[in-house]
Amino acid sequence: MATEAEGGFAIHPMDQFLVKPLFGGSELHWYTPTNATLWMAITIVAIALLFVLGTRGRGIVPTRIQSIAELTYGFVHKMVEDVAGPEALRYFPYVMTIFTFIVFSNFLGLWPYGFTTTSHLAVTGTMALAVFISVTVIGFVKNGVHFLELFWIKSAPLVLRPILAIIELISYFVRPVSHSLRLMGNMMAGHAVMKVFAGFAGVLGLGAIAPIVAISAVYALETLVAFIQAYVFAILTVIYLRDALHPAH
Amino acid sequence: MASEATEAAGHAAEAVEHAQGMPQLDFTTYPNQIFWLVVTLVVIYFLMTRVILPRISSVLAERAKTITSDLERAEELKQKAAEAEEALKKAEADAKAEARRIIEETKAEIQKDLDAAMKKAEAEIAKMAAASEAKIAEIRAHAVESVAAVATDVAQEIVSVVFPGKAKAEDIAAAVAKRAKG
Repeated sequence: MATEAEGGFAIHPMDQFLVKPLFGGSELHWYTPTNATLWMAITIVAIALLFVLGTRGRGIVPTRIQSIAELTYGFVHKMVEDVAGPEALRYFPYVMTIFTFIVFSNFLGLWPYGFTTTSHLAVTGTMALAVFISVTVIGFVKNGVHFLELFWIKSAPLVLRPILAIIELISYFVRPVSHSLRLMGNMMAGHAVMKVFAGFAGVLGLGAIAPIVAISAVYALETLVAFIQAYVFAILTVIYLRDALHPAH
Repeated sequence: MASEATEAAGHAAEAVEHAQGMPQLDFTTYPNQIFWLVVTLVVIYFLMTRVILPRISSVLAERAKTITSDLERAEELKQKAAEAEEALKKAEADAKAEARRIIEETKAEIQKDLDAAMKKAEAEIAKMAAASEAKIAEIRAHAVESVAAVATDVAQEIVSVVFPGKAKAEDIAAAVAKRAKG
C-alpha cells in the first residue's frame, strides 16, 4: 500500500482516523490506551475545565467562563423541558453528558493533529444504540403495552393502520442507524475534505492561495457543523425520549 | 483477526502507516474504542451528577432568589418613598392651613383692638367737643352781658354829654335793654 505513495505527492485524507496504540507497539487489546483514549481524556479535561473550574466561584454575577457553562446548562435544560416535557428532566443529566461529550469531541477534533473521536462509528454507534435501547426500555417501563401505540396511528383510517404500523416499526429500528451515521458521516467528511485541501496546499507550496482559502472556508463550515451535529444528536435523543414518555400521537 | 494483527504489526514497522479504506470500518478497533468511550461517558456522567449540575442549578436558583428579593426590596422602597411624599404633601397642606388660620385670627384680633381704640377715641373726641361747646356757650353768654353793660355805659356817657344832668341812669339802662332786645 505504501509503495505507490512515497513521492510526497500522495494525499492520505483517511490517515487521521487511524486508531493507534498510544505508547507504541502494534498490539491493540480492548484496554490498550490509544490516540482515541487520549482525545477522550482531553475531552473530559476540557469539560472539567469549563464546568468545574469555570463555575468554581459560584458567582451571583458570573464570570465569562461561568456564563458559558450556565448557558450550556440552560440550553440543554430548556431543550429537554420544551421537547419532552418537565417529567423528562429526570433524564437531563444523560442528555447533558451526551451533548457535552459530542460538542467537545467535535470541537477538539478541529485542532490541527487532533483526533475526532466522534468520527468513528464505534463511538457514535455505541451512543446511538445506548439511546435506542434505553429509550425503548423507558417506553415499556413507563407505558407497558401502551408503548406499542407509538406504531398504531389512531388518526389514520383503520385500513391503513397495519401498513403504517409496519412502516413505523421499520423507521423505529432504523433510528439508531441514522442517528449514528449522521454524526459520524458529518465529522468524517468535513475532516477528510480539509485534509484533501491541505494536501493540495502541500503540493503547491507557497502559491497555494486557493487551497488555503478553501481550507479556511471549510474550517468555518466545520465549526458550525461541529455544534449543529452535537445539537442534532442531542435533540433527536430528546425526541426519542418524548416518544417513549408519550407514545400516543 | 490474529493474522490481521500480525499483518498490522508488520506494517507498523514501516516509517508511515497509511489507512486502507475507512478506518471507521476496521472492526478490530471497536472493542477498544467502545471500552474507552464507556469509561469516558461514565466519568463525564459522574462529573455532571456529582459536581456540575447541582452546582449550576444552585447558582441559578440563588441568582433568581437574589433578583426576586432585590426587586421586592425595590418595590418596598418605592412604596416607602411614595408614602413619604404623601406625608410631605400632607404636612405642607397642614402648615398652609395653620398659617391661614393664624393670619385670620390675628386679623380678627387686630380688628377688635382697632375697633375698641376707635370707639374710645370717638368717645374722647365727643367729650372734648362737648366741653368746648360748653365753654363757647359760656364765653358767648359772657360776651352778650358785656355788650349790654358796654352799651349802657356808652349810652349814659352819650346822654350825659348831650343832655347833662337830665337823664336818670335807670331809665337809660332800661331803654338800652329794651333796644337790645328789640
